[in-house]
Amino acid sequence: MTLALYVPGPSPVHRTPAGVKLLALLVLGVVVFVVPTLPVAAGVLVGVVLVGLVVARLPGRLLVRQVRVVAVWAVAILVFHALATDLLTGLTTAVRLVALVLAAAVVTATTRVTALVAVVERLCAPLRLVGVRPARIGLAVAMALRFVPLVAERADRIREAQAARGGRVRGPRALVLLVVPLLVSVLQLAHTVGEALDARGADTA
Amino acid sequence: MRLRRGPAAAAAVADPSRGIELQGVGHTYGERTVLTGLDLRLTEQRIGVVGTNGSGKSTFARLLNGLVVPAVGSVLVDGLDTATAAREVRRRVGFVFQDPDAQIVHPTVAEDVGYGLENQGVPAAERAERVAEVLDRYGLAGHADHPAHLLSGGQKQLLAIAGVLVMRPARIVFDEPTTLLDLVNTRRIARLVEGLEQAVVVVTHDLALLDGFDRVLVVDGGRVVADDRPAPAVAAYRALVADR
Repeated sequence: MTLALYVPGPSPVHRTPAGVKLLALLVLGVVVFVVPTLPVAAGVLVGVVLVGLVVARLPGRLLVRQVRVVAVWAVAILVFHALATDLLTGLTTAVRLVALVLAAAVVTATTRVTALVAVVERLCAPLRLVGVRPARIGLAVAMALRFVPLVAERADRIREAQAARGGRVRGPRALVLLVVPLLVSVLQLAHTVGEALDARGADTA
Repeated sequence: MRLRRGPAAAAAVADPSRGIELQGVGHTYGERTVLTGLDLRLTEQRIGVVGTNGSGKSTFARLLNGLVVPAVGSVLVDGLDTATAAREVRRRVGFVFQDPDAQIVHPTVAEDVGYGLENQGVPAAERAERVAEVLDRYGLAGHADHPAHLLSGGQKQLLAIAGVLVMRPARIVFDEPTTLLDLVNTRRIARLVEGLEQAVVVVTHDLALLDGFDRVLVVDGGRVVADDRPAPAVAAYRALVADR
């Protein structure tokens, strides 16, 4: 699972306001794309790793896990560019991808979801003018973070159940056989979650 | 995030001594009648509800805090009609679902427990204090910042219950709270329910959970077919299902 959830700690990175961290993430993203060179991408990568490990004192396995998730894509990008353009461009793009994924991981691992959601709500405040309720957007963000792992877990259960009965677990047909029961399961879950929100005082009307 | 603020003028007319009243209640889903002819007054501290799958007991549970509004008749909580005062009713009646995964809406434990308080407009400092107190009381203090999806089944059910208890409702409805749990966690939840100061209504298939309850309702075919102390009500239930 790529979601790096909050790791509590007393570091200056943890204490930095969520809005500042998100802004820094945005600036990093812009910089590595505006200056698409290997030294800049590598510098950002090293900086992010140092901030994550040394300043924020995050466990190394958390960052390794994030790299592992995007490693396939990074290698694919590298190979594609090596064949289609040149190796240096491929390396720059791959390093850039890993640096940004790690930067995002450092932000989410050092920031409580409620703080991130509060920033989202503040950013969405102007949407009140067109009838949108920022609190609902914030809740949607928090719930997405909560339910992505749960849906992934349910997909695993369905795959296991199919495998236990001799079903295929790979290929297009396996995907179709996974999607339909998963969709049914998620819709049932959504119905109960709606009830739970009502029961806990949310205004879902 | 605060979705709405609490109360209401309705609180002024509430009368806790009235308990939960079902007056001529019936409910249908489309053409299917799931409950019919319910006239009950629930004032006891511990009430159990048993019945076979599809008997209507989950719908019955949902009627009690306004998650389901009856198609016929009315449900009153402390004199408040669930059809017109749903918000105030839900402040008074907490609801614990069978599957805690459906009830936990925030990614981490402490944030999820605080969610209901945010909806009630409780200030942040008091919220943090109440969340810490509840997590401590139910053995989840060490998990405050843990991702909810990594908890065990028993811990998730405790978290779901903590998320309700922190809102300090006067009554709590449990919809099959132990169905997904092992024996150890079933006992833990049974002890927790036993120790609650709130009045509880527990819908369950676990007949042992009903020991010491004040009253048990047996629901079958959308009707309450037995309403008695636990021993005779459970005996009536066993007799009812004996030939099926």
